[in-house]
Amino acid sequence: MIAEIGHYALILALLVALVQGTLPLIGAQTGNAAWMAVARPASVGQMLFIGISFGCLTYAYVVSDFSVMNVAQNSHSAKPLMYKISGVWGNHEGSILLWAMILALFGMAVALFGGNLPPTLRARVLAIQAWIAVGFLAFALFTSNPFLRLDPAPFEGSDLNPLLQDPGLAFHPPFLYLGYVGFSMAFSFAVAALIEGRVDAAWARWVRPWTLVAWSFLTLGIAMGSWWAYYELGWGGFWFWDPVENASFMPWLAGTALLHSAIVTEKRDALKSWTILLAIIAFSLSLLGTFLVRSGVLTSVHAFATDPTRGVFILAFLVIVIGGSLTLYAIRAPKLKAGGLFAPISREGGLVLNNLLLTAACSTVLLGTMYPLALDALDLGKVSVGPPYFNGTFGPLIMPLLVAAAIGPFLTWKRADLPGVLGRLKLAFAVTAVVFVGSWMATTGGSPLPAIGLGIAAWLFTGAMIEFAGRIKLFRAPLSVSFNRARHLPRSAYGMTIAHAAIAIVVASIIVSQVWRTEHIALMHPGEQVEVAGYTFTFKGVRDLAGPNYSAQRAEFVVTRDGEPITRLFPEKRTYPSQDMTTTEAAIHTTWLADLYAVIGDPDGEGGWSVRIYHNPLVPWIWLGAIMIVVGGAVSLTDRRLRVGAPRRARAAAGADAKPQTA
Amino acid sequence: MKRKHRRLVFVVTGLVLLGAAAGLVLVAFEDSLVFFYSPTDLIEKDIPEGRRFRVGGLVEEGSVIRLADGLTVSFRVTDLSETVPVIYKGVLPDLFREGQGVIAEGHLDASGVFTAETVLAKHDENYMPPEVADALRASGKWKGADAE
Repeated sequence: MIAEIGHYALILALLVALVQGTLPLIGAQTGNAAWMAVARPASVGQMLFIGISFGCLTYAYVVSDFSVMNVAQNSHSAKPLMYKISGVWGNHEGSILLWAMILALFGMAVALFGGNLPPTLRARVLAIQAWIAVGFLAFALFTSNPFLRLDPAPFEGSDLNPLLQDPGLAFHPPFLYLGYVGFSMAFSFAVAALIEGRVDAAWARWVRPWTLVAWSFLTLGIAMGSWWAYYELGWGGFWFWDPVENASFMPWLAGTALLHSAIVTEKRDALKSWTILLAIIAFSLSLLGTFLVRSGVLTSVHAFATDPTRGVFILAFLVIVIGGSLTLYAIRAPKLKAGGLFAPISREGGLVLNNLLLTAACSTVLLGTMYPLALDALDLGKVSVGPPYFNGTFGPLIMPLLVAAAIGPFLTWKRADLPGVLGRLKLAFAVTAVVFVGSWMATTGGSPLPAIGLGIAAWLFTGAMIEFAGRIKLFRAPLSVSFNRARHLPRSAYGMTIAHAAIAIVVASIIVSQVWRTEHIALMHPGEQVEVAGYTFTFKGVRDLAGPNYSAQRAEFVVTRDGEPITRLFPEKRTYPSQDMTTTEAAIHTTWLADLYAVIGDPDGEGGWSVRIYHNPLVPWIWLGAIMIVVGGAVSLTDRRLRVGAPRRARAAAGADAKPQTA
Repeated sequence: MKRKHRRLVFVVTGLVLLGAAAGLVLVAFEDSLVFFYSPTDLIEKDIPEGRRFRVGGLVEEGSVIRLADGLTVSFRVTDLSETVPVIYKGVLPDLFREGQGVIAEGHLDASGVFTAETVLAKHDENYMPPEVADALRASGKWKGADAE
C-alpha cells in the first residue's frame, strides 16, 4: 500500500510539473499574471508529491518490505539502519528519485524566496525547472520505477553492494546531487534570461549565490567520494581519474569558471553571454555526469546500473536539453547588449583568463573521458586513458591558473597596473623561491615538476595572505584600524581569501603526498617487523571476527617509533555472504601530518599474509583543504549582498531601467 | 585601445590557450593511451616488447602459482583460444579467482611473459569486464548470459 502511494505521488508530481512547465511560460509570454502565478504553488506541490514518494520508498527500506523489488534487490534485513536508509539512493532507481527530489527542492526555494524577482523571470525560471523535472520524473516512471512489486515476495533481500555500506559513501551521493542539481538553477536562470532577452546585474546577483551553493556542495561531494576511495578501495590513492570521478569533476571546473564570470556580470555588467554559456555548460556537464554514471556506458566501481533503454532515454534527454539550450543561445545571445569595456590587464581581464584556463582544462578532461567511449562506439579499438594523460594535460593548464589566481585579486576593475601589483608581491616571490629551491633539493635529482608545483602553491597562498593584509592595511596602519577594517570587510572577500588559500593547501598536499609517499609490500608472518618511513610495524597475526552482516579476518599491527608506542592498526578483509563478495578495510592512523595506512591481502597458506603498508604524508590536508574551500564558499554566502533572496535593492534598481522587450 | 583591439587580445589569448591544450592532448595521447588486447590479439599482432598495454580474459583454471617470495604470483590469462602467461608482484584484488574475468596492465618481456603492474578483477558476481566479455565473444567462446 505504501509503495503504491509513493508511485501515485510520483505520477501526480509529473502532472504538476507538466502544468508548471506550460502555463507560466505561456503566461509570461502573453502577460497573463494569473497563469504566471501558477508557478509558485505548483513548485511547492511538486516538491510535496516527490517528498511523499521519497518518504514512501524510505519507509519500505526501513521496514525491509521485500515485496518491493527495489528493496529486495538492494537491502537486507540484517543491515544496519543507516545503510538501510542510504540504500534508498545506493541504487539506480532510488538515486534518480533523489535527483528529482533535490531538483524540486531547489525549485521550491525559488518559489518561496523569490518574492522579489521580476514576475516574468520567476515564472520562466520555474517553468524551465519544471521541464527538467518532467524529464527526470518520466525517466523514473517509465524506465526506472522504484515501486515495482515482486510476487511472491522473497524472504530476504539480496543486500546492498558492500563497497557502498560505508558512512563516507552513504552521504556522498546526496551532496554530489545537491551540487549537480544546484547547477540547474543557474541553467534555468540562463535559459529564462535568453527568453527574456535581458541580462543585468540583478540577474547575476541571483545566479551567483545559487551557483555558490551548488559549487560548495559539489566540492564537498567530490571530497567525500575521494576520501571514500582512499580508505575503502585499499589502494592508498585518493584520485584515479576514473571516468566517474571525472564526471563530477567537469561540472566542478565549469562551475568554478561560472562563479568567477558571474562576478564580472554582476559588478561590471560585462561578459553576459559568456556567463550564460557557462551556466548552460555547467549544467550540461552535470547531466552528462549523470548519463555516464547511470546509463551503464562505463563499467567501473560506481557503475552499478546496466540497461540500454535507460541509456537511450538519458541520451535523448541530453540532446534535447543541451541541443535546445545551445540553439536558443545561438539565436538569442547576439541580441544581448554588450556591457562595460575593460583593458586586457584588469580584474575583468584576470577573470577572463581564469575562465579560459578552466574551460581549457575542463575540455582536456572531457576529451580524455569521452575518447575511449567514442573509439569503442566506432569500433576502432579499446583503449584506456589513465592518470599519465590527465597529469600531462590538466596539470600544465591548471598551474598558470594558480599563478594568476594570486595576482587577479590585486587587479583593479577596468584597467590595472600589473608592474605595481607585482611590486606588492615581492614577499610572495621570495617565499616561492625558497619553497622551490628547498623542495627541489629535497627531491634530489628527480623531476623539477613537483618543486615547481609546490612553488606555485606557496605563491598562491602567500599572495592570498598579502592581498588580505593589504585590504585591512596590516602593519601600514595602527592595529586597531586594521582590526576595524577586518571587521567591516565584506564576507565575500573573506570567502575568496579562504578558498584561494585552501586551494593552495590542497595542491601542495596532493603534490607532497604523491612525491614523498612510501609504499611497502611484503609477505609477513606473525611476530615479524617492518620499518616504513621511520615507523616500526609489528605484525601480530590475523583472527576471525563476526560483523552484523559479514564475517571478517582482522589483522593487528603494533606501530612504534623509536621504541615509543604510536598506535595499533586493525586492517580487515570482510566477506559478505549475501553477495558473495569480499571487501578490504584499510586501517588508517593519522598524525595530521601524515597517514599510516595498512591493508592485508591474501594468506600464502603457510601462516604468511601479504600486506601493504603506506606512509602518506599530508594526505589529511587534502580533505582539510577541501573542507576549507567549502567553508570559504559558505562564508561568502553569508555576505549581505549575496544572501539568497536579498536583492531587494537591486530589483528596485532593475525595475527602474526595465524596458519591456518583445521576444 | 579600441574595442576591436581589446577583443582581439582576448581572442588571440583564447586561441593560444586552445592551441596549447590541443598540443598537450596530442603529446599525452602519444605517450599514455593504453590499448586493450585479448590473448588472441597478442598472438596475431606483433606487439613490441616493453610497450604498455592491457590484456584481459579469464584466469585459467589451475594456473595460479605463488612464487617462493610469497608475493609474486604467476598465472595465465586465456580467451579460451589462446593464453598468455602473466606475472604480478603485489596484492591481488579481492575478487581475483581462477576461472573469473581479469584485466592486467603492464608490458611483455623478452621471453613473452606479460609483466603486470596492475591487476583489475571484476567487482561483483555479475560483473564481467566489458573488454573481457567482448574478447570471449570474438573468440567464439562466450557462454555467459548475454545481456545485450
